[in-house]
Amino acid sequence: MPQNNEILENMRIAPEVNRYRIYTPDIAKVQRAGQFVIIRIDDHGERIPLTIADADPDRGELILIVQEVGKTTAHLATLKAGDRLKDIVGPLGSPTHINNFGTVVMVGGGIGIAPCYPIAKAMKKAGNHIVTILGARTKDLLIMEDEMRKTSDEVNICTDDGSYGAKGLVTDLLKNYIEEQGNPDLSVAIGPVIMMKFVVETLRPYQIPVIVSLNPIMIDGTGMCGGCRVEVGGETKFVCVDGPEFDGYAVNFDLLMRRLTLYRKQEHEAYELFKRSHRCQIEAEL
Amino acid sequence: MQEIAAKFKEITPKERAKIPRQPMPQQPLDKRLKNFDEVPLGYAVEQAITEANRCIQCKKPSCIDGCPVHINIPEFIEFIAKGNFQRAIESMKKYNMLPAICGRVCPQEEQCEATCVLKHRSEPVAIGRLERFIADWERDHGKIALPSLAPPSGKKVAVVGSGPAGLTVATDLRRSGHEVTMFEAFHAPGGVLFYGIPGFRLPKRIVWAEVKILQKMGVELKLSHVVGKLGTVDSLLEEYEAVFIGTGAGLPYFMGIPGENLTGIYSANEFLTRNNLMRAFEFPAYDTPIVDVGRVAVIGGGNVTMDSARTALRLGAEKVYNIYRRSRVEMPARDEEIERAEEEGVIFKLLHNPVRYSGDENGRVKEVECIRMELGEPDESGRRRPVPIKGSEFTIDVDTVVVAIGNSPNPLIPRTTPDIKVGSHGNIEADTETGKTSKKGVFAAGDIVLGAATVILAMGHARNAASGINEYLQTGKW
Repeated sequence: MPQNNEILENMRIAPEVNRYRIYTPDIAKVQRAGQFVIIRIDDHGERIPLTIADADPDRGELILIVQEVGKTTAHLATLKAGDRLKDIVGPLGSPTHINNFGTVVMVGGGIGIAPCYPIAKAMKKAGNHIVTILGARTKDLLIMEDEMRKTSDEVNICTDDGSYGAKGLVTDLLKNYIEEQGNPDLSVAIGPVIMMKFVVETLRPYQIPVIVSLNPIMIDGTGMCGGCRVEVGGETKFVCVDGPEFDGYAVNFDLLMRRLTLYRKQEHEAYELFKRSHRCQIEAEL
Repeated sequence: MQEIAAKFKEITPKERAKIPRQPMPQQPLDKRLKNFDEVPLGYAVEQAITEANRCIQCKKPSCIDGCPVHINIPEFIEFIAKGNFQRAIESMKKYNMLPAICGRVCPQEEQCEATCVLKHRSEPVAIGRLERFIADWERDHGKIALPSLAPPSGKKVAVVGSGPAGLTVATDLRRSGHEVTMFEAFHAPGGVLFYGIPGFRLPKRIVWAEVKILQKMGVELKLSHVVGKLGTVDSLLEEYEAVFIGTGAGLPYFMGIPGENLTGIYSANEFLTRNNLMRAFEFPAYDTPIVDVGRVAVIGGGNVTMDSARTALRLGAEKVYNIYRRSRVEMPARDEEIERAEEEGVIFKLLHNPVRYSGDENGRVKEVECIRMELGEPDESGRRRPVPIKGSEFTIDVDTVVVAIGNSPNPLIPRTTPDIKVGSHGNIEADTETGKTSKKGVFAAGDIVLGAATVILAMGHARNAASGINEYLQTGKW
């Protein structure tokens, strides 16, 4: 019988991208598409937000897809089945507003494809026609293609280097789709901030409604600290409670990008320290 | 002990009156800023006995009414004066289960010590310091006696929030024989006691020690459990006969002035949570970072403002300014906290208000434009209203800003409990004598009801709520 917060499986699915299956029955039962959790690996760890990529309420499992970008995500990647995370809080954030809009174009860039998956599933279940555009830098980094194909009516893929699918960016495929097939009723775009910004700009001339999911630095996740604040429609909003999804046209992406840089120095320091100590550990074991 | 007890009987009232109020030993100034350890070190045994002997044991003690939880102050003080510390702490704990905390953070100068008769003759008895002394003595000597529990009632109560209100309700209800489960959103218990008040005022090990006593009494603690996200008050009512809400005032106020979203500008909640809860001051041993603070401006005038300013100093700030729109007299912070901040080097810019912030090319704050203020007619709070002096704007170079202008009630429970009556400030409406809200079976106390107030006030109203819950569970009448 697994214990709460136990990692059941840790699988590398792409270079520096891992898929974690975690036993969290309480959260799995009530979570909805668009929500996230905050995890803390151990007593010295920081709290980081991770979108729920999938859930099995009957088995009490959550799937988290995490890219290694710093100390905490690197530390996470070293954990094995049987290890337990010290804390998992959730489900946090407001769930995606699901409705039968008609045709929904899902645009997922890089690691952003993971949070697109539960939203695509929920939109499909609500009766929408799902058109999916997936983009990655290169073939190896294109994740969850099979899962997205299962839940979408149409899938278009591109890579920066053309190693898989079309050569180009998601904005290119998006523009082509609109030109060829007309305006969808809604677009959902999740990925690096710069990608979401350019998807919104691509859609602006057509005025197609677009929802984005923001990824600021977070600490508490329940709206008590304001660390995750962003500017939406000229007003300050807390991503952890007012979001994480917002009207793409209203988001100040430049501010979000700047706010994400605050701890660059400390993040680099922590990551370097971890890599050095981890290398020593491996060398000691060999 | 017999010698000390004998001496207590021998001291004449005249001699008592001559004993000066014992000074509190403190960490030397030059050491303080390099650590987050407690600044007031606590009375030594001899000091405590001497101070306790200052109490003239009034026949009609006015101090008891000054205490929001009506501790029998002369009783525990007499035991200290006689050297009987075990009896002193037993006496204390009949009334207050968290003396280690209250002795440290209560504004005694506005409560029990304000009504002490000695206040007018010389100086009041240092009641707070004695409370702290006896609580620390018990903890250090490891003889913590658990209170006796009434026989199991067969009833279950859910306590949402493990801050001062929640801890108090949980203790009282458990003593009454009910099964109690405390739900805490964070990964550590204590609410503001943990994330808000820094270690130099309230060491975290003390908060953990108090919580462990509750756990030994049989209170179940569920950490990282956000009621309102993982289940609602309604889903709790399906499993528990009553629900108590003590979720506090955890929604930070920002001023809404231009530039407030530049990086390096923190709410006090974030600044303090990074340090007190996540131990950012020990980065990289602990993973949560805090910025290189540099020159810091802390906006506000309360205890949280002083805590933020003193934290900034300990993080190695080059300069710490406190910008407050009113004058010293109007500052809500305890005098003691303001004095310490002053000693430690905070530069006070009183009768100043921020107008806007400007940032560098990376979006990091680099200066705050302030305007000078003067005091006009009193406003709704009874204090003189600050009025800007036109044309007096000037800028201060800063690298970090902490906005410590207050908090409003956390909206999560009100938003997810649609039939609970909420006031205009987002506070849950509850009777402070019974804790009853507008929703049957649901009680509330503390900052969620009052807006940001004090630890002891939360505890006082929480005791009332516990009584209210007991009555409801016994009679079934709402």
